Amino acid sequence: MPHDVSNTSASHSNASGLNVTVLVSVGRHPLTARARRADQDARAVEMALTLESTSVNLLHAGQQDSDHEAAIRGYLGMGIDSVGLIEQKPQADVVPALAKALRASASQLVLTGTRAETGEASGVMPYLLAEALGWPIITGLAAVEKIEQGTAVVLQALPRGKRRRLRIRLPAIATVDSSAPPARQSAFGPAKRGVLNLHQEPSEIDEALSSWHIQPARKRPKRLKIVKSSSARDRFKAAAAKADGGGGQTLSDVTPEQGAEAIFKLLKEEGVLR
Amino acid sequence: MSELVRRDPRQEWIIRNRLHPQHLEALAQMGGAVANEWMGPNGVIRRNPHAVGFIGPNGIRRIDRSGVQQAAQAPGRSVEAKDARQRVTIETPAFMVAVVPDMAGGRLSTHDRDLLGLARQLADADPAQPGAVLAIVFGEHKETAFGEAGIDRLLHLEGERFSGYLPELRVATLQGVERDLAPRYWLLPDSTTGGGELGRRLAARLDERPAAQVWQVEADSESTTGWRCTARGAAGRDDVTRALPRVVLALAECADPVSETRHAAEAITLSQELPEVLGRIQDMGEVAVDPASVSLAEAEFILSAGNGVKDWDGYHHAAEVLGATKGASRVAVDDGYMPRDRQVGATGTWVSARVYVAVGISGAIQHLQGIQSCEKVVAVNLDEGCDMVKRADLAVIGDASQILAALVARVEQYRAEQQENRDAA
Repeated sequence: MPHDVSNTSASHSNASGLNVTVLVSVGRHPLTARARRADQDARAVEMALTLESTSVNLLHAGQQDSDHEAAIRGYLGMGIDSVGLIEQKPQADVVPALAKALRASASQLVLTGTRAETGEASGVMPYLLAEALGWPIITGLAAVEKIEQGTAVVLQALPRGKRRRLRIRLPAIATVDSSAPPARQSAFGPAKRGVLNLHQEPSEIDEALSSWHIQPARKRPKRLKIVKSSSARDRFKAAAAKADGGGGQTLSDVTPEQGAEAIFKLLKEEGVLR
Repeated sequence: MSELVRRDPRQEWIIRNRLHPQHLEALAQMGGAVANEWMGPNGVIRRNPHAVGFIGPNGIRRIDRSGVQQAAQAPGRSVEAKDARQRVTIETPAFMVAVVPDMAGGRLSTHDRDLLGLARQLADADPAQPGAVLAIVFGEHKETAFGEAGIDRLLHLEGERFSGYLPELRVATLQGVERDLAPRYWLLPDSTTGGGELGRRLAARLDERPAAQVWQVEADSESTTGWRCTARGAAGRDDVTRALPRVVLALAECADPVSETRHAAEAITLSQELPEVLGRIQDMGEVAVDPASVSLAEAEFILSAGNGVKDWDGYHHAAEVLGATKGASRVAVDDGYMPRDRQVGATGTWVSARVYVAVGISGAIQHLQGIQSCEKVVAVNLDEGCDMVKRADLAVIGDASQILAALVARVEQYRAEQQENRDAA
């Protein structure tokens, strides 16, 4: 696939280090519903730009029209010269096209957002790509600490603000979620000047999509608190009484040491003491 | 003793007939006290209104409708005292529904229980051919009530191999389960604590198109699988309705948790050895994060101070030693001891900590609202009757500064012991 390589060669030449490809998509503003750069993908671009001695390539697969172009140019405004566009039909499955392009490129690290902001947005695409390419995949990338001898040491964001250190073998795919640092602003001038390297790929139409029924989201019903009890007194108590723990243990008339020991035991059982 | 109820119609008739000369003897034979409830000849519960209640200390008949007194004087054969939940055992299931719970903190979370409720719906849809719910649990756990949550078969994979973050090994194991047991459905929680990631990995490996962010599953005769599901799409703006696929990633509250039945939770093992997996992702352990930098809303362990704290230096020292995020009640913030962004409660931050230690907080209703979703609450307070003590799972009555100082000493001793063990090893 010579045209794939030529697509990314412009940005290859400026650095010798790691080759990072960021897969970007067209987002949708939650309030105005306008096309924009997707938030998580923009964070992925930001993370790629902050890595030292890397060349960053952007890749997008999807339909081409003026709205989408404006959104894609939003990524160029972050300080990138060009973006590779793979043209696909609106109902196409983009995984084969992307896998083909990535296989042809010399990318060692592929970054992308966790899930799209339009369409099915199931968040499965990075996993399908990883399966197709046979690369490892990690989620919730928070920072890349160092890259050495074909491996990367990264920090993974966990819920509750925690971090986990992982070593992954390259080439690899990593997804970025909202715990990554926020994206820089997109500047208008560079966005206008940036180059879109367009090329065609045969589209594989997603057959299953046509059988689905898509409608604006309904509000989820609130779960009712059902008290299953045979006695009217229990039902009344549950409806009227203040919520109390029930079955809680109370230690009175103990020395501070005994009390502290009991608290210590609970903290240790719960595993919150490091 | 036999569970069969032996009835003597003549005796019952005498008991019903208060004018019968043998009435009192018959009553005495029935269990000493006056029977006020019995099964009538047509299977209807009959009550004797004259036998309700008991004679109080002043010789006046008292009636306690709470059932407490009645339970105390009820004869040995009482139905209500027993666990009313029906025990269900499925010997030869027609199919399997596999669930991989998150087991965050080593226990089934509410999300896991909702998911098991959904699995039960799928398994019990056809009473003639019931399916079994198979739960696959990795690593050590602290859960004791698997059966009550609706699990028929439990595959527990433990040992050194399964501790830590090993997504590739877990997916390979689930693939082994797929080959061995071929479950009809795979249900995983679409959560950030592991289920969402594992489910997507599994779907990609099994080459199944999953339904992610599912919040509703309904029976549908027109669909190819007999079920249709509704899933959130496009960043929560759309609802996608489609036939239920084999791999389902469901949101919390997708179904009601199991409450009326108890299941066997029979332990099973895989018939084949698990393959060795070449790990391309190596877990190098969790990184210590400064607890002060974690936002209060998502902190895991909060040490919260209120009006009862007098020794503020001691409190700050304790929070540092314990590695806890600091929180405060409104009074402590208003008095200027803590910054406003640390306030917990309805007017401050709604916290979701796993362990919440409230020091010197009596528990105003606004504060208790703010800690609704905390799992374990520990209260240190001087007042035994305050609302926080009622809410707490563990309450220690005493002076806050002394107890905190003792706790700090205990934790430092524990750390020193650990350090010694590490040096010796």
